[in-house]
Amino acid sequence: MDILSLTAVELGRKIRAGELTATEAAKACLEQIKKLEGSLNCYITVDEEGALRQAEQVQRQMEEGKLTGPLAGVPIAVKDNLCTKDLLTTCASRILYNFKPTYTAEAVLRLQEAGAVILGKTNMDEFAMGSTTETSAFGATRNPWNQEYVPGGSSGGSCAAVAAGECFYALGSDTGGSIRQPSSFCGVTGIKPTYGTVSRYGLIAYGSSLDQIGPVAKDVTDCAAVLEALAAHDPKDSTSLQREDTDFTSALVDDVRGLRIGIPRDYLGEGLAPEVRAAVLQAALVLRQKGAVVEEFDLSLVEYAIPAYYVIASAEASSNLSRFDGVKYGYRTREYEGLHSMYKKSRSEGFGPEVKRRIMLGSFVLSSGYYDAYYLKALRTKALIKQAFDRAFEKYDVILGPAAPTTAPKLGQSLSDPLKMYLGDIYTISANLAGLPGMTVPCGWDSRGLPIGLQLLGDCFKEKEIIRAGYAYEQERGPWQAPVLPGGADQGGPAPEPGELGGIGRPFEAGVKTGQKGGRKNGETV
Amino acid sequence: MANVISDETIEYVSILAKLELTQEEKQQAKADMGSMLDYIDKLNELDTEGVEPMSHVFPVHNVFREDVVVNGDDRENLLKNAPAQKEGSYKVPKTVL
Repeated sequence: MDILSLTAVELGRKIRAGELTATEAAKACLEQIKKLEGSLNCYITVDEEGALRQAEQVQRQMEEGKLTGPLAGVPIAVKDNLCTKDLLTTCASRILYNFKPTYTAEAVLRLQEAGAVILGKTNMDEFAMGSTTETSAFGATRNPWNQEYVPGGSSGGSCAAVAAGECFYALGSDTGGSIRQPSSFCGVTGIKPTYGTVSRYGLIAYGSSLDQIGPVAKDVTDCAAVLEALAAHDPKDSTSLQREDTDFTSALVDDVRGLRIGIPRDYLGEGLAPEVRAAVLQAALVLRQKGAVVEEFDLSLVEYAIPAYYVIASAEASSNLSRFDGVKYGYRTREYEGLHSMYKKSRSEGFGPEVKRRIMLGSFVLSSGYYDAYYLKALRTKALIKQAFDRAFEKYDVILGPAAPTTAPKLGQSLSDPLKMYLGDIYTISANLAGLPGMTVPCGWDSRGLPIGLQLLGDCFKEKEIIRAGYAYEQERGPWQAPVLPGGADQGGPAPEPGELGGIGRPFEAGVKTGQKGGRKNGETV
Repeated sequence: MANVISDETIEYVSILAKLELTQEEKQQAKADMGSMLDYIDKLNELDTEGVEPMSHVFPVHNVFREDVVVNGDDRENLLKNAPAQKEGSYKVPKTVL
């Protein structure tokens, strides 16, 4: 049996049944990491020793009957903006190159209590600012489907690690699409929950009113199980919600009869790649064939989400990142004259260009004379966007669309034109402004063999609706194939051709047509 | 480009941002901020008269708790991360002359 081809929930079941041990699972991932990291660079830190120690401990606790949950013994990866006690946490920034937190983020603790084994910390865009994982101070992560392409971002390391079998699931964070967009580019499943569902305690803040932690996994079942473990009220995070309805796995039901699904026409217009459009509409058709009521509608205000977002996120970032001053932790410049010179030089040498760009913009829109015109205007726009979603969710249970306008771009093509890169966030950003839950589920491949992601958005607190829709879609789509990985490393048996995966109604029309020359062949030439 | 950012603005903003930019970075920042603000000006198409600025999507306000210390003294460990320390404190350049 190939351990790495299992999902997290399948692996947990086998460990509980005594067919496998947590240590064997951790070793399988560590071996995969050794094989692939030279090519993919998913991790900033791999904690081999710690992982094996945790695995033994978890295994013992399982044998003693103290750990019985579905995820016990499963090896995971954690995005490097989540604090982990005594384990390097860099935010992919030079300014935190040596930072070892004195405490562990609440979200990570919750998973540890559920028996997770932490393999290491994943690469990301510096301070989660970026859409490609290329702004990392520790080098770009490469897309496991084709190493000439980016994995997306900012949780690119987490998504690539899951796709490559370098962990069974991972934690990401999503401020403007940072879980959903790289999940789309890497062909994995990721959820950004309703704002406040997962404690942000120990998450190094970027845009505090938008940031939310969520799972990245191999399928909807794994995502629901992980989210169930993560979601809890935490008095240490004042925005944390009291929710009773966090039994997300109860929504893993293959039944969408009567589910009202709306597709915003605004999400299908200019800028959307035809192959992405075709795959997403095909997925919608699958859900309709299963009994959902699917129709198009006008969401409105979509084009105002990105400008509003960049004002709000940059403003919050400029404030949040003022804590990095070369005094309490991280990088301090060598030569300076006095305190202010030390602050300025440490920050200027410690932050990368994209982070500085957003701190500058944020400082400007908050400065006196511009605060009303930019910052308050953006907050008013946010209110209007929320109202537009409120109206939409009166009519629909789920909003369906693409996660990103295109599949992954090539490495090195995005950073030269920041504005163009920002426009790629158009379908994901509104959910952060409105606090909504959103999920990406893989739904096909483009002609280059790069994955396409379907995005399902729900009203606040309605994760179960999108989980139900995603799960039902997945049942028809069939098991998702794994990428063919460099150096002969594989995370499954021989993967089926994309065309073989379609259930009824050939749900993979886009993939079928083009997939044959896609994923596998691209992989084989690497 | 409608938004022309002056050198003075960049100087001022970099003081607020506590960043020391090179000449090249300043030029880049001028161009980047100008084009971002041009784009952001799109928001002016929207009539937001009478719309309350929304800082939080849910109607939650201040969350209070009793002012009770629950964590222990972690000074030694916290200081391990400091670039410079002295006698149990963070060491910084002289601030009072």
